[in-house]
Amino acid sequence: MDHLLEIRNLSIELPQGRRKPPVKLVEGVDLTVRKKQNFGVVGESGCGKSITCSSIMGLLSFPLSLGQGSSIRFQQGDGREVEITGLSKAELRKLRGRDISMIFQEPMTALDPMYTIEEQICESLLFHASLSKAEMHDAALEMLRKVKIPRPEQILKDYPHHLSGGMLQRVMIAIALINNPRLLIADEPTTALDVTIQAQILDLMNELRESYDTSVIMITHDLGVIAETCEEVAVFYAGQVVEQSDVNTIFHAPAHPYTAGLLRSVLSLGGAQQELYTIQGTVPTAGNFSVGCRFADRCEHCMDICRNRAPALSEISPGHLCRCWLHADTPKEETA
Amino acid sequence: MKRFGQILRELWRDPMGRIGMLGIFLVILMAVFAPQLSHFGPEKMVGLPKAPPSSEFWFGTDNYGRDIFSRILYGARVSLQVGIIAVGIAATAGYVLGLIAGYFEGWVDRVIMCVMDIFFAFPSILLAIFISAVLGRGLVNTMIAIGIVNIPVFARTVRASVISAKGLEYVQNAKSVGVRTGAILIRHISPNVVAPFTVQATLALSSAILTEASMSFLGLGIQPPDPSWGSMLSEARTFMEQAPWMAVFPALFIIVTILLFNILGDSLRDVLDPKLKL
Repeated sequence: MDHLLEIRNLSIELPQGRRKPPVKLVEGVDLTVRKKQNFGVVGESGCGKSITCSSIMGLLSFPLSLGQGSSIRFQQGDGREVEITGLSKAELRKLRGRDISMIFQEPMTALDPMYTIEEQICESLLFHASLSKAEMHDAALEMLRKVKIPRPEQILKDYPHHLSGGMLQRVMIAIALINNPRLLIADEPTTALDVTIQAQILDLMNELRESYDTSVIMITHDLGVIAETCEEVAVFYAGQVVEQSDVNTIFHAPAHPYTAGLLRSVLSLGGAQQELYTIQGTVPTAGNFSVGCRFADRCEHCMDICRNRAPALSEISPGHLCRCWLHADTPKEETA
Repeated sequence: MKRFGQILRELWRDPMGRIGMLGIFLVILMAVFAPQLSHFGPEKMVGLPKAPPSSEFWFGTDNYGRDIFSRILYGARVSLQVGIIAVGIAATAGYVLGLIAGYFEGWVDRVIMCVMDIFFAFPSILLAIFISAVLGRGLVNTMIAIGIVNIPVFARTVRASVISAKGLEYVQNAKSVGVRTGAILIRHISPNVVAPFTVQATLALSSAILTEASMSFLGLGIQPPDPSWGSMLSEARTFMEQAPWMAVFPALFIIVTILLFNILGDSLRDVLDPKLKL
């Protein structure tokens, strides 16, 4: 088995008090991440991509909770498979940072302004490895060299506000990779950085992924980042996966109208660009989804069936999944 | 983290902070050196009753002929002691409760904050009277009562800062590398609480002194013949027309001390709040 992470039927619920049923922010998500794979998750703000990834680490914040029947299976370093949803708090804590770690969107706020870079890198070591102070110092130094930070000796003694955003993101990567995790979740790692730094950070991540044999889940709303780094992509819309395929298919033959719309609304250099394409309307808020397809109201190809029956995610060609009635040769309705 | 010395330096640079620090330092000196500074014992009847201020009795004498200046010096001891110990009780309990409520949320939070709200609903003086009626009169019980009354303010302040700190990305980040809950609370969340907490403590000091004065005024706090500013004021009210100085001086000291603590608290907030810099 080369499956590192298997998410099955994941739903995330927001309770609405005792009377009303909880609102499902994420519903019926199935994802499979293979070893050493670069997996992209793309979607607009609020579509559930970030909370899906928080749930992998067991980091859903109060009052969110996993829905019934959600399963997240993860293969640990020793080859044992664990069900993350069934782990105790202590077991989860051991998993975090050691087997799975995370890079956040905003490096400026993701580091505690009270502590030096060295203290923050070592904090991650402290709970997973029993090393002496000197060993931790060496490990931190080594890691900073790997993420190509100039003058690492000195940077270790600096506080976060001494460094620029790009440097901080490198430090974040160093913290995330220092325990050699099997899975790295990068939650919009380049959104807060300017374009040239973005490219550097992505290159660095690609390089390190090669040398560390780490799988990466790249969460982003930037299709460019996906094209640059990922092999497999899942497109999220309104708490569901609407299309999933390898990166070439997604970019060259998108099947779902939403994916197609996203691709058309990307600015490109060269060529006389006409007015930028926009998808009409806005994302429906969780709890107000229609009975049919959730994209129906904004879709150019909307048919009668779309408004009344919800399509299931079905395989339209080998390895290419799409949740749309347009491609349903053997129309399947979602049985919810 | 700002070092203590740096905070003091910045306070000193602020004119208001300087006034607050100097003033409170003087009040502390008064309390510490009361025996050396006073001419007479606080309980000794040394002059004619209700003698007006003179070169011998600077603030005059009270209805038993006791020197008001000496009694005010000794009264400062009571006021400061009550202030510091009562705030100590309130701050410690409030800090722990607020930290727990804010970090764990859910039912723990609801239970703690519900109890705090009930405490909050009563006027503080009423609650303090009730508690000291249950515990009995006397200095120690007064301090405990005032301490308990002030817990909710601290619990709320701390809880609010904890909740806002919990949402910070670096706290999430610490969780995501597997840091233990206790370590997160101490290393990453507590520092965010320090600033509002310290400010709250200075302000609570003044309100504790005031509550003690009110309780002594009502006859529940310090028992005669021990002097406290509040009890002196209380005794003076019968003689307001014949000997106004009996009321004026204790009242003046209560006002000035509270004002000093408030000034210091305000200045401290400015120093500790990084958002006001730049």
